[in-house]
Amino acid sequence: MAGWTTHDGLAAALPQANVDTDQIIPARFMSASRKEGYGDYLFADLREGNDAFPLDRHAGISVLVAGPNFGCGSSREAAVYALIDAGIHVVVAESFAEIFAGNAVNNGLLPARTAEAGAILEALGTETAKVRVDLETRRFLVDDREYGFELSEIWRRKLVNGWDDIDLTLSRTEAIAAYRDARRGQAPWIWPKTAPS
Amino acid sequence: MSRTLLDKLWDAHEVAFDEENGSLLWVDRHLVHEGSHHAFAKLAERDLPVFAPELTFGVADHYAPTRGRASIADPAIAQMLERLERNTERYGIRLFGLRDPRQGIVHVIGPEQGLTLPGLLVNCGDSHTSTHGAFGALAFGIGATQVAHVLATQTIWQARPKSMRIRIDGMLGPGVTAKDIALHWIAKLGTDGATGHAVEYAGSTVRDLSMEGRMTLCNLSIEGGARFGIVAPDDRTIAYLKGRPFAPDGDDWDRACVAWRELVTDEAARFDREVRIDAADIAPTVTWGTTPEQALPITSTIPDPGTFDGGRARAAREALDYMGLTPGQRLEDIAVDQVFLGSCTNARIEDLRAAAAILKGRSARVPGVVSPGSMLVRAEAEREGLDRIFVEAGLEWVASGCSMCVGMNGDVVAPGKRCASTTNRNFRGRQGKGARTHLMSPVMVAAAAVTGRLTDARALMMEQS
Ligand code: SF4
Repeated sequence: MAGWTTHDGLAAALPQANVDTDQIIPARFMSASRKEGYGDYLFADLREGNDAFPLDRHAGISVLVAGPNFGCGSSREAAVYALIDAGIHVVVAESFAEIFAGNAVNNGLLPARTAEAGAILEALGTETAKVRVDLETRRFLVDDREYGFELSEIWRRKLVNGWDDIDLTLSRTEAIAAYRDARRGQAPWIWPKTAPS
Repeated sequence: MSRTLLDKLWDAHEVAFDEENGSLLWVDRHLVHEGSHHAFAKLAERDLPVFAPELTFGVADHYAPTRGRASIADPAIAQMLERLERNTERYGIRLFGLRDPRQGIVHVIGPEQGLTLPGLLVNCGDSHTSTHGAFGALAFGIGATQVAHVLATQTIWQARPKSMRIRIDGMLGPGVTAKDIALHWIAKLGTDGATGHAVEYAGSTVRDLSMEGRMTLCNLSIEGGARFGIVAPDDRTIAYLKGRPFAPDGDDWDRACVAWRELVTDEAARFDREVRIDAADIAPTVTWGTTPEQALPITSTIPDPGTFDGGRARAAREALDYMGLTPGQRLEDIAVDQVFLGSCTNARIEDLRAAAAILKGRSARVPGVVSPGSMLVRAEAEREGLDRIFVEAGLEWVASGCSMCVGMNGDVVAPGKRCASTTNRNFRGRQGKGARTHLMSPVMVAAAAVTGRLTDARALMMEQS
């Protein structure tokens, strides 16, 4: 995964609270492999027969501004794949469901949390606005207004470096093996018997 | 220093900690299912082995057909199941596959097989992994990238959540269940009410719940925003686990029990947040909207969205529009088209017994499906004759899987149809495109089946006694 520090794009508003993962990608599309691409499934049911849906009204949207508790529901990472494959780099909301936010960061998508999301939603209305997002300063510009967003240092570094946790962790294999051996010594019962009938 | 149960579980699993990355936690049980295919693909791409296949277990549930298993008609579903078989075989992971008599929903069979134990860290690529917290385990759902990480390293990076205690005291009224406790607190605090927190459930009401009830309660924690729901283990936990196939035995069992008894929050420990609920305030609860927080006692009427504040008012209006309901309508006047009794939330044996008690000698006015939480639950129910009660009432008795909880296996509610359901999410389209879902407990679903509308199960219970 490639890291990034700034993003210039176009924002549109999805003024809905609790946008859940079943809306972001309905379950029936989730058997596709990643290579096949998930972009076409993004908000599939909300968009069907609805030309006024923000992403269909405008082309080239890469920043989605939404209501609070975005991404609640399932742990399906496909929700993040669908957003990314449809060209979204940043979702701005007052709050995010935790699993979704973690999945987003693991795939390079920024969940930008700001108390001002409601105001931005209102300012956008049904229009679009140019946006510049900066991970270093944790600020973004919508047209010419500046806002701050919250992002933990851990997540910021992951996005900037495009880090893959697996590499980070594999460098600690020795510590992990030592932990495993100690745990097995202390609590052998944690290891299931190999072949119960 | 006084510690909460969360602290104890966390500290025991911390392999490493650094300011930059948070805690690296050891994973004792990793459960995978058909939906884990992305993670296996990531592993294969990098040619990495599974670090601890002996601690990893596979289950076919999300796409498991509930009928006609001998020949699966849908090639996409057959492919998902084959992929899981291939991946688990390739990495030496034990699989409870479609033909295994122990097959069932991952969060039902973990505890049932004794794979879920107090003090463990349990991960699964499913948000309702919080279910296993009912045993005093640190259990949470993860996404595909993290599943790949756990497969490769048997660890997971996490930031320690804040601690929250929901204390429920007093006796639950008749017909009031763990499902109602959960819907009650979620309605009160909102679907993001516990975001960022691990919830420990405490109080006399929780102590009095069966393990099945505690699992239902912990299962639904995620619907209130909490990734973790925990109940401290006690005699009931230990009695449930004794003799389970994968649970320890002999000396190991004795040692384990000693360790498990330590898993309590210290008297003087402080929580970041405390919520108290009086059990007497909880009524049989049903959802009327499209998020679990849009829930009310069955005796209520549909609220006027105008009475909510800004964002919630809009959400309520949209929900009522989708659900085809109008403010002022009595919940009990809402007719349903069908019922579903199933899912990892409410399809354990106790749930089936409770529903059967209502349906016994009665017939259902609307069609419905009963999908037990596991094939072993199914077998037990058949031994007890519960299947005959369901079938004689006119409901369909099918095999175990996630089924209409998520609709991946093709079991769906048709567009515009209204379903009284024991599942966990009333999201738009969750049970199928355009489906309208009302969440409630198994007794309430049984009551809705009998009358063909949302119904206060207590009335039917009175008639019986
Ligand atoms: S029954 Fe529903 S919630 Fe439970 S594991 Fe299956 S899909 Fe997830």
